[in-house]
Amino acid sequence: MLEASQIECVRGNRRLFRDLSFRLEAHQALRVRGENGSGKTSLLRIIAGLSPAESGRVSWNDGNIRALGEDYLRDLLFLGHSNGLKDDLSPVENLRYALVLAGAGADEPALRAALAEQGLAAIADLPVKLLSHGQKRRVALARLSFSAQKPLWILDEPFIALDSASVERLARTITSQLQRGGMVMFTTHQEVELPGTAMRTVELGVH
Amino acid sequence: MGGSLIAACHAVVARDLLIALRHRSDVLTTFFFFVIVVSLFPLGVGPEPDTLREIAPGVVWVAALLAAMLSLARMFGADYADGTLEQLVLTPQPLVVLVMAKVTAHWLTTGLPLVLIAPVLGLQFDLPADALATLLLSLLIGTPALSLIGAVGTALTLGVRGAAALTALLVLPLYVPVLIFGAGAVAATAAGTGAAGHLSLLGAMLLIALVFAPWATAIALRISLE
Repeated sequence: MLEASQIECVRGNRRLFRDLSFRLEAHQALRVRGENGSGKTSLLRIIAGLSPAESGRVSWNDGNIRALGEDYLRDLLFLGHSNGLKDDLSPVENLRYALVLAGAGADEPALRAALAEQGLAAIADLPVKLLSHGQKRRVALARLSFSAQKPLWILDEPFIALDSASVERLARTITSQLQRGGMVMFTTHQEVELPGTAMRTVELGVH
Repeated sequence: MGGSLIAACHAVVARDLLIALRHRSDVLTTFFFFVIVVSLFPLGVGPEPDTLREIAPGVVWVAALLAAMLSLARMFGADYADGTLEQLVLTPQPLVVLVMAKVTAHWLTTGLPLVLIAPVLGLQFDLPADALATLLLSLLIGTPALSLIGAVGTALTLGVRGAAALTALLVLPLYVPVLIFGAGAVAATAAGTGAAGHLSLLGAMLLIALVFAPWATAIALRISLE
């Protein structure tokens, strides 16, 4: 269970939000809404433990995430604004190294199968710098196929730059994560249907 | 548990080496910078063997220092820009150890080539064989320390405007002890007094850097990503 209590976020001199509290339990999705600059990414980074909150506390299974450290990171998958891909490496190589670092190594056929599932089979060996925006995003999203054992997914604008088929595929991936008892926290400006799941919303920038 | 840490470190080093291989110009720039800077001195100072022998240790070591500086921005800069650094910090492994892996990869692609070519460059300065051997040894001990100390500086200045100049200001003063004892070792050998003392102190500096630099770098990286 993820619990945020009384979080306050200040960027520069501007207070983005304060007294933000929510809980996220198994099988639940949490969508963070808000205008540009309302602090959606900041909130996700605070929850992921990348930035500290000005005040307040984030806990994972009743332990403070600061104290849990690597134990929290083992349960967490974070997909940020940037894809975390190396331009000079191919999708297969990028995926392989990302998975080893995440502690979920996979063999070559499994890597290629995951990329094929994203419709990237033909370009699996090209340098990432030659791919389009949406294709890069799909390479990053291929990590999700290997993250079933991670209960908490934090996805920052995962639907951005994706074509409609990929949007549906990602919605299915998120749904199955929720069905096996995972949690997903994400931001998006698009309207996304996650049929048969419990989706809650946090609204930022409303004072 | 330990197995996955080793696998993660191996992945970090292998990835950086593979990128260096694909992007050879980065590695070659540092290497040729070192070669050219060292080679300029005999041309500028003139072919007087005694003078050249006198200045050789300092010249080679200062050039190594500047070449190491030049390559520092690459250690975390690209990773910071493309988001892989964020993923590295979120890796469920001790960041200190992963930082060591990053520094190792950096040294293998920038420090080691300098160490290997230095004796050849030393010949231009008419250094005797035993001084050339000491030069090789002192750089072998000293350049990893340069990479480790440099990692702290470059991690602190990530995402800052004018990072390269700022890194130089932060790091060069910290390089001074390594320079003194590194060049001192070569000069001592050339003078026939033996370099053991200098090399031991250089080794001690490497050990201190090994203990403190990855830890400080890990903290600096977390701060830079906030």
